[in-house]
Amino acid sequence: MVKISFEKLNSLFEKISEKYDLFVPTKKNDGQSYFEKWEQGKTVSDDLNTVRSAKDFFFPQHEDIVSFKLDGKNIEITDERREVRPFVMFGVRACDVRSFSILDKVFLSEPVDTFYKAKREKGIVISLACQKPSETCFCTTFGIDPTEPEGDIRAWKGNDCYYLEGVTEKGNALLSELSLEECDRTEVDAQIENTKKILDRLPLGKLDTDSFGGDKLKELFDSEKWASLSESCLGCGTCTFVCPTCQCYDIKDFETGHGVKRYRCWDSCMYSDFTKMAHGNPRLTQLERFRQRFMHKLVYFPANNSGEFGCVGCGRCLNKCPISMNIVKVMKTLKGEN
Amino acid sequence: MQEVMKNKAKELLASGEVRAVIGWKKGEFCYDITPAVFTNAEEIDNGFIYDDFCGANLSKYLIKEAHKDGKVLVFLKPCDTYSFNQLLSEHRINREKVYVVGVSCDGKVDIEKIKRTVGDGIIALSSDGDKISVETLYDKYEINRADALAERCVNCKSKKHVAYDELLGDEGEVLDSKRFDEVEMIENMTADERFEFWRNELSRCIRCNACRNVCPACSCEKCIFDNDNSGYVNKAPVTSFEENMFHIIRAFHVAGRCTDCGECSRVCPQGIPLHLLNRKFIKDINTLYGDYQAGEDPEARGPLTSYTEKDPEPSVVTDKE
Amino acid sequence: MIEEVLIPKLGVVTDIRIDTPDVKTFRVVAPDGKKVFEHIPGQCAMLSIPGVGEAMFSITSSPTNTEFMEFSIKKCGCLTDWLHHMEVGQQVTIRGPYGNGFPVDTVFKGKNLLFIAGGIGLAPLRSVINYVRHYRDSYGTIDIVYGSRSMDDLVDYKEIINEWCVEEGVNVHLTIDREQEGWDGHVGFVPNYVKELGFDTNKTVIICGPPIMIKFTLAGLSELGFDKTQVFTTMELKMKCGVGKCGRCNIGSKYVCKDGPVFRCDELDELPNEY
Repeated sequence: MVKISFEKLNSLFEKISEKYDLFVPTKKNDGQSYFEKWEQGKTVSDDLNTVRSAKDFFFPQHEDIVSFKLDGKNIEITDERREVRPFVMFGVRACDVRSFSILDKVFLSEPVDTFYKAKREKGIVISLACQKPSETCFCTTFGIDPTEPEGDIRAWKGNDCYYLEGVTEKGNALLSELSLEECDRTEVDAQIENTKKILDRLPLGKLDTDSFGGDKLKELFDSEKWASLSESCLGCGTCTFVCPTCQCYDIKDFETGHGVKRYRCWDSCMYSDFTKMAHGNPRLTQLERFRQRFMHKLVYFPANNSGEFGCVGCGRCLNKCPISMNIVKVMKTLKGEN
Repeated sequence: MQEVMKNKAKELLASGEVRAVIGWKKGEFCYDITPAVFTNAEEIDNGFIYDDFCGANLSKYLIKEAHKDGKVLVFLKPCDTYSFNQLLSEHRINREKVYVVGVSCDGKVDIEKIKRTVGDGIIALSSDGDKISVETLYDKYEINRADALAERCVNCKSKKHVAYDELLGDEGEVLDSKRFDEVEMIENMTADERFEFWRNELSRCIRCNACRNVCPACSCEKCIFDNDNSGYVNKAPVTSFEENMFHIIRAFHVAGRCTDCGECSRVCPQGIPLHLLNRKFIKDINTLYGDYQAGEDPEARGPLTSYTEKDPEPSVVTDKE
Repeated sequence: MIEEVLIPKLGVVTDIRIDTPDVKTFRVVAPDGKKVFEHIPGQCAMLSIPGVGEAMFSITSSPTNTEFMEFSIKKCGCLTDWLHHMEVGQQVTIRGPYGNGFPVDTVFKGKNLLFIAGGIGLAPLRSVINYVRHYRDSYGTIDIVYGSRSMDDLVDYKEIINEWCVEEGVNVHLTIDREQEGWDGHVGFVPNYVKELGFDTNKTVIICGPPIMIKFTLAGLSELGFDKTQVFTTMELKMKCGVGKCGRCNIGSKYVCKDGPVFRCDELDELPNEY
């Protein structure tokens, strides 16, 4: 384990920035935190969640896929993939780090999504352990340990320094480039012990997931409770867009004036046109769309991925849904607790 | 108040006067309240709530609910009644099918503001007059209720209900609000500063459509941004000005019909002060065509939907600056 | 750089056949004149006109055709309208093949086959029919029940009459919904016709058509004693990526683009009824 004092953090960031694009969570004037490219003067926010999850780094809201030039009956196709500059993300929380492995299961399974893969390969994740979890946190429900997050390098914020520990080969390689001061784990171990006590007191920390999973498909799909759960859903895309594991996308064409740009962008199963075809729509009302989102995370995803749930308990949907409907309420209601 | 409302709801359900009640439902915590439709006394006893966090404007749900058979009871706060009237005047709601119970409101609290003061981990919260006591996983706090009020409530335009069948609690007055102060501040910026201000705010937009979907004035059956044939259906900012256009077009579409209920800004996950765009329109309409409050009178013709020969025709490009 | 599935290839339309008032069949090859890619009967491809749209279409030609691919496309939306206005020589973009296809070389081998199609539903089956005709010795009897609104709406009518109907060991049963001048064949809906014909249950059934036709035909087959494990169908839902990632064509935990479009009917019973 190595450490870097708060005073020296800037020079460390400077050093990282020489070779990599460095991103850190920063507070904006709306009082919320966002990952932004680090530059002198930018400080690391202590907020637990950035508004937008860290999935943006690998799966941005929109990216160009290909462009076309049309000339009479002929079409010219240009591959729009660009070389990705190596980058480092500092301060990613345990929930978001876990979301990467969930996204990997989608995008890195055959046939591999090369847009995602290129960014994933070039990105180094420095995670940051949580010390003051929120009442809306429930990552522990899904077996995530926020005191010892996954990532290429994991970090803890101490009293006057950050502690860093290499996890993967990529992480260790970066750490060795940085030649930081070796140290022991005393403060880190104390912090972990302390945080664990708080985790035990989280109101949503130990949600029961036994009622969900790939083998519960029919009974959950046919539950009568979807009607009341979905009745006030606005059909907006907030939950899907702030969610670190939501990865549905649309492919659209845009006339640039001198050609056509085909891009991929986030889409939401909550939207009415998501499954709309020229001759019909299998999900006609908000009930079906709402059900799809939660069935995907709690049933369909586990069915295809050895039981792993498609939720990391980051709590963003709890904080951001305009009508305060969220996966926790859905789970509790389906189980008959609400 | 909450008990009186629950009794009223149960009474009208029991008598068969209404088939359902649109109200607010308790959440997991003390603040995450969900709009809900209640159909029996048990549901009301278990979940109905009316407190500092019942900010959601329920009027838009009437479009869907009032299409069904039977009558529904809806609880409306003073500002919600303006949206209700506006929807009536646009023939979006069948008045006969709604029983409006006006409920008084002394301003709603913005949980984000509280979190900014006390941090994360709120596990208990109680309001006592001017003070709010908050208990978090880490500490206890007492904050001034006034400091935690939602922006739209700080600048409340009216405590008066403009529509109801029955009123619970006291009737209030139309207030002399300072709601245009911030608009003036933006007007006083130079064109470049103003452009920069909005570019910065709107750059955070993720096109989640929450503002549009919650907006009682956005009641089109098919929004232009959802219409494949409109040429405006891009779901993400494909150009650096895309999301700006979305909000500008939306503000134009609701101009003259927006009652300034403030739901757009309440629901924006990115904290964009969208209400300021609408307020600018309201302020300009007031200046150009005389004071007009959308929703105040369901029979009134809005200034943008009526024409007189004396109507000023302001240039699109102002000659200011 | 490694190949990216979302980046399409070029195709050239070399022939356009007018099948019915709203169905045309397009012949597509690569710019070098060869086939753009190989496929299995029942698989699909994403065709696109940049700026207009991209959509999934079943490949209606058989893989045994070594020269080109064909797509029978019904005019029903923005992109298909555009495709119908194309002229020969027009380039399109194409990517694929997608989906599982029919188990022509495993489950179907040696079986008696009963094809049931309605309207444009013949398009994906034509690929299988011509494949099994090509390898005729590997399969048992072949029965084809095909119905449409009218005589004019029968897709591939010429091929049916001139090739399928005259081939020994291939029994073609055509029907149209209403009486029509010049038609002396059967009149009536496909589900009823299937029941009237009363097939022996020693067959594997491949069915495609409008959902309502499939629903009633399945009921009829069940009355005749067919088991759902004997019946295969091919599904269509909105698709964007074609590779099970964009998240919209799922029925329960199965993605139609990747796990389908071909399903055995008992497999569909295990999934939610959301299609």
